[in-house]
Amino acid sequence: MADIRTGAQILWESLVREGVSTVFGYPGGAILPAYDAMLDFPIRHVLVRHEQGATHMADGFARASGEVGVAVATSGPGATNMVTGIATAMLDSSPIVCITGQVGSKLIGSDAFQETDVTGVTLPVTKHNYLVTEASDVAATIHEAFYVARSGRPGPVLVDITKDAQQSSAEFVWDGGPVQMPGYRPELRASDAEYDQAVDLINGAKRPVIFAGHGILLSGAMDLVREFAERAHMPIAMTLLGIGSVPASHPLNLGMMGMHGEAWVNRAIQEADLLLAFGMRFDDRVTGNLKTYAPNARKVHIDIDPAEFNKNVLVDVALAGDLANVLTDLLPRVERGDRGDWLAAIGAMKGDSAVRDVQNMPDSGHLYAAHVINDIWRMTNGKAVVVTDVGQHQMWEAQYYHHQEPRTLITSGGLGTMGFALPAAIGAKLAKPDAEVWVIVGDGGFQMTMCELATLAQEKVKVNVAIINNGYLGMVRQWQEFFYERRYAATPLLSPDFEKLTDAFGLRGATVSRRQDVEPAIAMAQAEEGTVVINFKVEQEDTVYPMVPAGADLHAMIRRPSPIVETADD
Amino acid sequence: MTRATPADASVGRSPMDMTTRHTFVVHVEDKPGVLNRVASLFRRRAFNIESLTVGHTEAPGVSRMTIVVDTDTNGARRIEANLYKLVNVLRVKDVTADAAVVRELTLVRVTANHETRTHIMQLVDTFRARVVDVAPDSLIIEATGTEEKIDGLMGVLEPYGVLEMVRTGRVAMSRGQQSKTPGPADAAVSETDDNVSYSV
Repeated sequence: MADIRTGAQILWESLVREGVSTVFGYPGGAILPAYDAMLDFPIRHVLVRHEQGATHMADGFARASGEVGVAVATSGPGATNMVTGIATAMLDSSPIVCITGQVGSKLIGSDAFQETDVTGVTLPVTKHNYLVTEASDVAATIHEAFYVARSGRPGPVLVDITKDAQQSSAEFVWDGGPVQMPGYRPELRASDAEYDQAVDLINGAKRPVIFAGHGILLSGAMDLVREFAERAHMPIAMTLLGIGSVPASHPLNLGMMGMHGEAWVNRAIQEADLLLAFGMRFDDRVTGNLKTYAPNARKVHIDIDPAEFNKNVLVDVALAGDLANVLTDLLPRVERGDRGDWLAAIGAMKGDSAVRDVQNMPDSGHLYAAHVINDIWRMTNGKAVVVTDVGQHQMWEAQYYHHQEPRTLITSGGLGTMGFALPAAIGAKLAKPDAEVWVIVGDGGFQMTMCELATLAQEKVKVNVAIINNGYLGMVRQWQEFFYERRYAATPLLSPDFEKLTDAFGLRGATVSRRQDVEPAIAMAQAEEGTVVINFKVEQEDTVYPMVPAGADLHAMIRRPSPIVETADD
Repeated sequence: MTRATPADASVGRSPMDMTTRHTFVVHVEDKPGVLNRVASLFRRRAFNIESLTVGHTEAPGVSRMTIVVDTDTNGARRIEANLYKLVNVLRVKDVTADAAVVRELTLVRVTANHETRTHIMQLVDTFRARVVDVAPDSLIIEATGTEEKIDGLMGVLEPYGVLEMVRTGRVAMSRGQQSKTPGPADAAVSETDDNVSYSV
């Protein structure tokens, strides 16, 4: 007998069959049939306070687990509120599926109540999207949406389902087999000739640098990258989203490159004779001025997305494919190398970097963000999942929290979305309930999505929040300091008393302004059963060093004025 | 494309920064919104479409676009790669360097009175064009050919007074043996990948 169900029931049955057990959402008129049907399925629904939060939660869930995250919203404003979160997932290749209700199919185009052309609005910020107007299309579309979201270069997929498609009935037919999509090519393979060229460049390089990007995590190629680097004896520089793909403590891991990367890493890149880009896209934040970028280096670029090749940097060899597959093919042909001279030369480039480090400066009684982040790193044994927002604290986190494990730094790299951290952390915690999750967030970004404290309280989700509160929109202030003659237009920021605010949500808050109080506060947060928000009042006009100004040469960094070295730059 | 290409980094390599007119033949699934996706891609990546035509093919469910863009070699390769990222795009072929038949069609309404009509009709014959409508004070001329031919026709008609003109933009088809149009049910289009290389 035919298995007849409503479109709404088919939606949840399909989601369950895709392995979904948690969704983040907010109900409304056009998605009501789906919400009604949800109660009969084994789904945990997290009620968010703003649909942007739902998408960031789905994103955080996906980044922490490697599985597809799911967000649900109604039509019109519900869906448009998702756009920021979808764009965030798009630029960072994060697999999420967004389900939105749409007005009845007969009303489409009539400017009905809460009608928005959501597939049109989200077209440029989704990997793909669908408008479903028939109950009979729901199952196949959901199956296809999950396949598109997670395969190839992952990304967000939106499925807009009209209210009548949710309400009407159709036969439930589930084909869990491989998806047939004639125009979709999730993975290509480079030619043998290109592999030969790459192997020659790799084995012949004297001053190579491996670039570890987000693609390593997405591909699950962590062990292969390590084996490759160890066998060829090559140093590894990290992109922001590549952090965690190779343990920070690994002797070949140089640390982060780019605008706020370590000075010696950027110098090594400028002096390299070969760049091996593993799943990264030469973002302007890592290259600086393209005209003077790595002038002596040949470039081998491995990426699953051929559209990334020669986009910003012209490369000598481009190997299309899933990184794990490409490295599996390359590894047997990589000769064991001894590049000790090159590694020693990079070591010598460190120079006086250590003494410029805030951590190593005499205690002046001031509380710096670096102290807070370094203490969190120490007290979590470098094993926490840290979710950051965007700005100065994000760069300090990348510098002072030394990640050992993959998928333990969750941050909006490409889009730079303020307000990302708190909701993304909720998603991360639900994906990894046993992990210790820390939110590191600025006073500005926290106020963008702090309504999700209510979600934390209602859902009884435990995360620890460290607000790095400097009373400014710090990164913008820093640019004003360097490039706009300290004219602080609209960057001084008044905040509520975060401790009292947290208290009002029924959660525990704390305020810390002295260095000796940092450790006890972190310990208190770790011991507390529920979410804790600590307001760290740090040095107000501290600056992220080193810095390559936007568009400047990668080797022309602004360095922290040091008590030993008086000149500010080199 | 207005964005600066990192051409300086490739001194001594092939001249990647020469902007020329590229013609792409793109097979897409005939589904709602596909034209929007393709057009949006060009807009988003800051490529300027010179012309775009779309119509049916011999395969049901498959539409064929001819897209003309001014870009350099590297830009053309990125356009191809980006088009392939659209789920509804079945096959992309840059026919710029191929031997191809390239045509457009134009309709021109030109002022014509009893004194000039004969002259115009002689010109039309010379261009192997046709008069498809005659009114007391004007003619409509239909012409098919390359862009150059139609530009030439427009040049000689201009002095008589062009009242209205429409051009379809290019359609193109490679000469010689070609693989058939990919159907929406074809699982693999890998045969088109054989000569794809993204290395410089």
